[in-house]
Amino acid sequence: MANVAVCVLGSLGYDRAAQGAAGAGRALAESVGGELHALVIGPAEDNAVAALASVADRVVVGANEALRDYQPEQALQAAEQLHAAGGGDYVAVLLSNDTYSQEIAPRLAHRLGGSSMADAAAIRMDGDHLLAQRTAYGGKAISIYRLKKQPAVVWLRARGFEPAPEQPSAGEVTPVDLALDAPRIRITGREVAEQEGVRLEDAQIIVSGGRGLGGPEPFQELKKLADSIGAEQGASRAACDAGWVPPNWQVGQTGKKVAPELYIAIAISGASQHLLGMGDSKVVAAINTDADAPIFKHCSFGIVEDYKAVVPLLTEKLQAIAR
Amino acid sequence: MRVLVCLKQILDPDVPARDFQIDPDARAARRGGANLVTNIFCENAVETALQFREAAGGDVKITALCYGESSAEDCLRKAMAMTVDEACLVERDGNTNPDAAAVGRVLAAAIRRLEQDGGAFDAVLVGRESGDWGVGQTGGVLAEELGRPALGFVESLQPGNGSVTLRRQTDVGIEVAEAEPPFLVTITNNEDNVPRIPKTRDVMMSYRKPLQKLSLADLELDSEEIRAGSSIFEVEEIFIPADEVECELAEGDTLEERVDQLATRIHEVVASIG
Repeated sequence: MANVAVCVLGSLGYDRAAQGAAGAGRALAESVGGELHALVIGPAEDNAVAALASVADRVVVGANEALRDYQPEQALQAAEQLHAAGGGDYVAVLLSNDTYSQEIAPRLAHRLGGSSMADAAAIRMDGDHLLAQRTAYGGKAISIYRLKKQPAVVWLRARGFEPAPEQPSAGEVTPVDLALDAPRIRITGREVAEQEGVRLEDAQIIVSGGRGLGGPEPFQELKKLADSIGAEQGASRAACDAGWVPPNWQVGQTGKKVAPELYIAIAISGASQHLLGMGDSKVVAAINTDADAPIFKHCSFGIVEDYKAVVPLLTEKLQAIAR
Repeated sequence: MRVLVCLKQILDPDVPARDFQIDPDARAARRGGANLVTNIFCENAVETALQFREAAGGDVKITALCYGESSAEDCLRKAMAMTVDEACLVERDGNTNPDAAAVGRVLAAAIRRLEQDGGAFDAVLVGRESGDWGVGQTGGVLAEELGRPALGFVESLQPGNGSVTLRRQTDVGIEVAEAEPPFLVTITNNEDNVPRIPKTRDVMMSYRKPLQKLSLADLELDSEEIRAGSSIFEVEEIFIPADEVECELAEGDTLEERVDQLATRIHEVVASIG
């Protein structure tokens, strides 16, 4: 019997990323005729456990109170033990793309004698091997990796996958008590960045500005546009590096990887590292003066025009439609 | 204290997309006219180590380590020009694109050798990912090979009382951690660890600093697995994505008409979200 596990952090709950990871896991489990198990690191809210049980055949929760507060060494120990508690017969262990999952994945693979891979946008089994598709060379190429050892421990570009479908009957939930050592690296403080509205990664609509804006002031104009359609604001690396907007606005290879329903790129040329961050957007619209800008090869619709002329008028029209 | 920084030499990631080509036989990018450079996150790691030494008041020796082709000597010389104290190159023999397992095993063996000779490294710094393949697995694999605790996405190290204070970036903000040496961190970039430009005098001095060269045989590593470089994963296929979407540009005689079209399209999508 070959099963698939999705490994989630209890503290993060059953968010959109976990839903996508579970969706990818269910599809993979069906392809190998196995079960989907959810391995939960740390106590989770009741509704998150129930949601996982509604999509998985089995849920194993590492319920130690110590795991409520994420510590990398303990989370890793927990994942290793949950893997065994779930039966250990997994062809793949899938994780989301939060910071914690990203740092756990390669180390977990090593401990389980498996293969690790990062930022997979598509996965499938080929015999005993998992094939993982991802970008390479800063988004200039697509690569497909063959993972040669089982389990394949892969963190996914999770929001790009469809959520897992509910099953006819809920999976069994098993809480387990894990043996954890005192960590030698201890996280002692957290400074949560001030953020208005929802996180960029979870935003449904994003209005982003780039180098072509020329300074911080135009972002005020873009804010009016964003507000008229309930969008969050993002930016390109150039705009963040210039200090026009905070670094946590950055969409791109070294910034946030977003997956909104609508992404509006304003005065952004579309460097490959930026395209990599916005690549999972469902619909992309572009406003740019340069008809040859790469962004126009990656958008559904757009306008070749100076943003200065377009944005105020566009905002006015969208406000009128909203009324 | 002793600090080790791992470096990777890569194809310049700023090559424009129009000049970027794939070599189908090698299943990798064709070099073409591109330069070889030190991976940016590795240079951020060098800068972070130098700032740690400055904050600690100087009693920190920094070593740079690279597993690469002979051309990677340039990366190590540049690190020493940035005032890293010494360097070690493990010369690559065989696969030009070794997987994270192979790199992790080689780096771990080299680190143990360097520690035999000069004492334990309190901190090992690795870039969070490379600008070529960007798989970002080396730091985690190396931590496991060495059996040391690790933290990812670190932007600074500050000397503490018997421990080291780490600041790192997460999805939701900053985390502060206390680490007891020895430990490993992967380094990300922020506005404070932009790599310094070496001074002319330091560039000249870098040629007087020790650069040790080791082979896989010196490290008693010559298994076929490391030579083949793909025990856990390998590139099956690589291609340049086609420009898939046809952009529909707003048309019309006046700006008003064109913006009207744009507003309508945007509204359609927004309304469909509900």
